[in-house]
Amino acid sequence: MTGYVPVTRGERKEMLDYLGISSVDELFSSIPPEVPRVEPDLPRGVCELEALRDMTGLSKRNRRFDQVFRGAGAYRHYIPSIVDAVSSKESLVTTYTPYQAEISQGVLQSIFEYQTQVCELTGMDVSNASVYDGASAAAEALLMCVGRTRTSVVLSGTTDPQVVDVVRSYCASRGVRVEVVAPLADLSSDVEALRRALGADTAALYVQSPNYYGVIEDMDELVGLAHGAGAKMVMGFNPIALGILRSPGELGCDVAVGEGQPLGLPLGFGGPYLGIMAATGKLMRKLPGRIVGQTTDARGRRAFVLTLQAREQHIRREKASSNICSNEALCALRASAYLASLGPEGLARVAQGCAAHAHYLAERLAGLTGFTRVGERPFFHEFVTTSPLPPTELEGLLADRGILGGLPVRLPAGGEGLLWCCTELNAKGDIDALVRVLREVASR
Amino acid sequence: MTEKDPTATKAAEREEPQAAKAMELLFERSVPGRGCDLVPPPDVPAVDFGEELLRRRPPRLPELSEVDLSRHYSKLARHAHGVNDGPYPLGSCTMKYNPSVNERVAALPGFADLHPLQPLGSVQGALAVLHELETLLTQICGMDRATFQPAAGAQGEYTGLLLIRACLAARGQAGRTKVIVPDSAHGTNPASATMAGFAVVSVGSTAEGGVKLDELRAALGPDTAALMLTNPNTLGLFDPNIVEICRLVHDAGALCYYDGANLNAIMGRVRPGDMGFDCMHVNLHKTFSTPHGGGGPGSGPVLCKEFLAEFLPGPVVREQTAQDGSVRLGLATPAKSVGRVRSFYGNFLTCVRALTYLKRLGAEGVCEASAQAVLNANYLAKRLSAAFDLPFGQRCMHEFVMSLAPLKERTGVTAMDVAKRLLDFGIHPPTMYFPLIVHEALMVEPTETEDKKSLDHVADVLLDIAREAQEAGGRLHEAPFGCFVGRPDEVTAARHPLLRHEAPSSRPAKART
Repeated sequence: MTGYVPVTRGERKEMLDYLGISSVDELFSSIPPEVPRVEPDLPRGVCELEALRDMTGLSKRNRRFDQVFRGAGAYRHYIPSIVDAVSSKESLVTTYTPYQAEISQGVLQSIFEYQTQVCELTGMDVSNASVYDGASAAAEALLMCVGRTRTSVVLSGTTDPQVVDVVRSYCASRGVRVEVVAPLADLSSDVEALRRALGADTAALYVQSPNYYGVIEDMDELVGLAHGAGAKMVMGFNPIALGILRSPGELGCDVAVGEGQPLGLPLGFGGPYLGIMAATGKLMRKLPGRIVGQTTDARGRRAFVLTLQAREQHIRREKASSNICSNEALCALRASAYLASLGPEGLARVAQGCAAHAHYLAERLAGLTGFTRVGERPFFHEFVTTSPLPPTELEGLLADRGILGGLPVRLPAGGEGLLWCCTELNAKGDIDALVRVLREVASR
Repeated sequence: MTEKDPTATKAAEREEPQAAKAMELLFERSVPGRGCDLVPPPDVPAVDFGEELLRRRPPRLPELSEVDLSRHYSKLARHAHGVNDGPYPLGSCTMKYNPSVNERVAALPGFADLHPLQPLGSVQGALAVLHELETLLTQICGMDRATFQPAAGAQGEYTGLLLIRACLAARGQAGRTKVIVPDSAHGTNPASATMAGFAVVSVGSTAEGGVKLDELRAALGPDTAALMLTNPNTLGLFDPNIVEICRLVHDAGALCYYDGANLNAIMGRVRPGDMGFDCMHVNLHKTFSTPHGGGGPGSGPVLCKEFLAEFLPGPVVREQTAQDGSVRLGLATPAKSVGRVRSFYGNFLTCVRALTYLKRLGAEGVCEASAQAVLNANYLAKRLSAAFDLPFGQRCMHEFVMSLAPLKERTGVTAMDVAKRLLDFGIHPPTMYFPLIVHEALMVEPTETEDKKSLDHVADVLLDIAREAQEAGGRLHEAPFGCFVGRPDEVTAARHPLLRHEAPSSRPAKART
């Protein structure tokens, strides 16, 4: 008895008899002899307890830090207990894409609720049911803006470098030119250089705010810039920041994308995460991925269905707007439950907690030698300082004390700095403790 | 037949007397001033961002108590059908049982609470998960190297084609711009080829669903970049010419891509790498038992032969020897990498689940899983052949396709009607109207985790429905009868899209273009 096959030897015999064969091997006789039979060289199977022990052993070879002052695209926030409870309901976990609406109203409704919350949060008109992560959302968003005459895109160099990399991969294969405009020394977008980069063939401008370095960009100016050049404005957002900061919709953006991980998803060494994607009503039919709509059934009852499927690969094949099929529905469910449990006030409180702790840390670091903040622009919950020691050495010294410190990053003006992050979880006492350690290690 | 008592079905439950009343949305349950009190206010001064940066109006998120939320989602779960609820013979999707221990392991703090940008010395266990899974999967598939970045099968296809594109360019053959895809292929194949910058050439299928060799020969040329193929094909049949097909493609100077959607039929027995494929993806959410979550997350690692490894997206996990001779795991970006397709290392916790599953199964379990998957499909096919047309014969691999065209001819009852009627019996219908080359197709994949009793139940119900079609066919156009809703109006949904809940007073119908 190995694995999860429930059929007993006796039942198997009955089934073989019914088929009039003596061995399962006969069912594989259509495999031609030129294909070699190879017994895979795998370890022996083990029982559940042994597998659990083995995997727990692997998990213990990782270090879980009590104190995390690092973000850079993945953020440790408090995850409400109800979020875990909701996302462990088996019928929601083990179901497939809701093709059969009649027995999938629960799943479809949850996606409809998620879409509505994303629209509220971003101030946009329509949202899809999710894509893989924030980076692929950015790439898909830029591709959906590309048209016959507008075939290139411009990114501000203040964008998360991983997002830039994914955008480059997606665009390269579609023949879309990507121009990345280097940031200013104060870690904000270079508006004048962006103005020069935008041309008659520019389909879209992409700016992330708060940007990779935590700076809140001058979005009014940038949106004006894009639209002035006849290009679409695609904004990368942090969903927690939208609890208090101006939304892409209020700023006049055409497409808004973000990494949804902060909304109740564990850090999970990078995934599964959640690509959030919303747009104006005008661009609705260009959105990639699943979309759920409300309708009625034959008896007039409210019902939800997958809709606008004429955009998708299973109908359009090579002419589809994207190849996406599986998405991150269970992550979207977690995000939806997270937002519903916090409500508008709770989300604002989390956002303010992040900002307040980060600003407090920045202020304390300003009092230490060697940790000079880079630039003076407004920031949300991340910011960059110089480092009095080589950044990776400092990283090691902090790790020895159970702290995951700021991330070593290259600065646009040259040299290295530290990208710090605080969330609502880094309380005043933790920040004070960090500052004590930094003072100690930096003065040695 | 044992149609469920409507008052007892999950879907109809006790709401039946007031069925016209829809389930409340989160927003309709919301009461201003309610909430959950989850996090404290900051213990340091708040930041004043100034009016310029602050949003004008808070997002109208619902305000609910934890009791409200708990009951709301319990209700949504009652109106969902998972593998845990009943048989799920959804062809091509491999809806096997999702083991509980996988979920437990994925929730271990040493995996779940790990920042992806921690120093490498602090994540050796996580890197070992990816390294070990790479070893097992390449062994099962006859490949050499892997990337776990692709978050789903379609992204895997796209990534694999990027490798092929880069390899051809490096050979000075950028003029190879066409990808050949059989007309029986999954829709993601041609869509991925387009995304990867290729033009798609479709080739026809033989009566057995195999690739037409003469059409393939005619399609192959100096502009061919690759062939994309799944084998067994979407009819559940192993292509008898597979070795010849790969040889023809290679002889034309092109590469062979294997769509791993149907790997469950052959794992532990034969390997795509040995058939002649150069590159492939596997769907961890199909073959390796990770749950599909209502649409995702999936995971679509790409495996390739050594000669393509230098093009893999970076970073990949590699063993590194330190100066003192100790070996540890590190990250490296391959020399001619095609670049990233996703942030970090892909859907890591999905990989954790898949590794747990493979450890449970081991060599013997992997072979037993595919053997039973194929036996179950053949058993069910033979039982159903009593009333349904199996245009490709009774013998199949892990899945088979029935054509309901004769039934429709006789009774007017369509594949859709039969599928919808199944819903009344707690059975998820087979995949409908796919592959496109079969009329009134129902594609059935029972998987190895159904026992004989469950297969007999599925067969009995389908045979009863066939009888019902014969006796009172017209009635089935109205099916299902016991579900919470029936046949939603999809045409209106698409013509007048309503894609979000509208707050009654405040929002004009702006999104309803």
